[in-house]
Amino acid sequence: MADRRVTPVHVGEFQEEGGFVLSSVDSVINWARKNSIWPLPLGLSCCAIEFMAVAASRFDMARFGAEVARFSPRQADLMLVAGTLTYKMGEACRRLYDQMAEPRWVVAMGACAASGGMFRSYPVMQGIDHIVPVDFYIPGCPPRPEAVLQAILALQKKIEADRPTSQILRAPAPVAAGRG
Amino acid sequence: MEIPENAPAAARRLAEALPGALLGASEFRGQWCLDVPRERALEVLRLLKEEPDLDFGFLNDVTCTDHPDEDPRFRVVWVLTSHARRERLRVAARCPEDDPVVPSATPLWAGADWLEREAYDMFGVRFSGHPDLRRILMPEDFDAWPLRKEFPMEGLRSDRDWARWVIDRARRPEGTLP
Repeated sequence: MADRRVTPVHVGEFQEEGGFVLSSVDSVINWARKNSIWPLPLGLSCCAIEFMAVAASRFDMARFGAEVARFSPRQADLMLVAGTLTYKMGEACRRLYDQMAEPRWVVAMGACAASGGMFRSYPVMQGIDHIVPVDFYIPGCPPRPEAVLQAILALQKKIEADRPTSQILRAPAPVAAGRG
Repeated sequence: MEIPENAPAAARRLAEALPGALLGASEFRGQWCLDVPRERALEVLRLLKEEPDLDFGFLNDVTCTDHPDEDPRFRVVWVLTSHARRERLRVAARCPEDDPVVPSATPLWAGADWLEREAYDMFGVRFSGHPDLRRILMPEDFDAWPLRKEFPMEGLRSDRDWARWVIDRARRPEGTLP
């Protein structure tokens, strides 16, 4: 097959014609995933205020299907760390990440989440990538709302390039003998 | 001790009511600070709070300053306000490095609890009579006093150590959380 990433046909047409639609499982899953990124906003400082602007009407994150901010990690796809992460708060950040169901993504919003920002000091973690894997870093102090939207769009592209079936259909790893 | 002429009435009242409790009164940009011996700090605070003509009923802050070249090294500062008389006043008591203890103001103000925990957390100054003197900002197993002058700004542990520490804590079973 030349290109397995086929965009699914609009559902309305599908029903009217009463027929069927051909697509790949990968592209259907990706299409659903990328248009319903539910963020878990971990608002730790001033970036959280900027994140509110992204969610509000002027910039309107809902245009990209990402408006359903969930404050439970079990219902979220994207952990959006907006602000200064201290080592003590790092425990909560990591615990939340561990509780998220896969597939899960992490965006480091702003200079502090990306690198500790201007705080080279004893309580501040020098970038959240010390404790969680980060998919996208947004520069800025704080970043403009457009920059956050760009991260969402970049994440959509990343999801689009994913092959979920290769993970679903992967044979389970053999259990090591003698353990337990 | 010679009380400056323009000192607030509280300084004079204090010197009269509690002889020997006033070590000095200093002024900076119209703000007055009264120095007292640490053994008598609670007595002084009680007088300032409870005398009707002084009426310093509100405790703004309890904090500490570090003077490594001086002896005694630490200076604990209580910032008081009289809302009725619209007057502010600072009271300060010194304590040495090898015995950094001052009396707790919690018998007078319940709000002193967390303020003193913060001063303890940052400087290692202990408050005798405090009901629950634990760290409040830094993690409970932190082993330094970050606002002392000799403490390096960037801390003593490496990022790698901290990351290990964070992940270990995040994986503790639910029942073992502090």
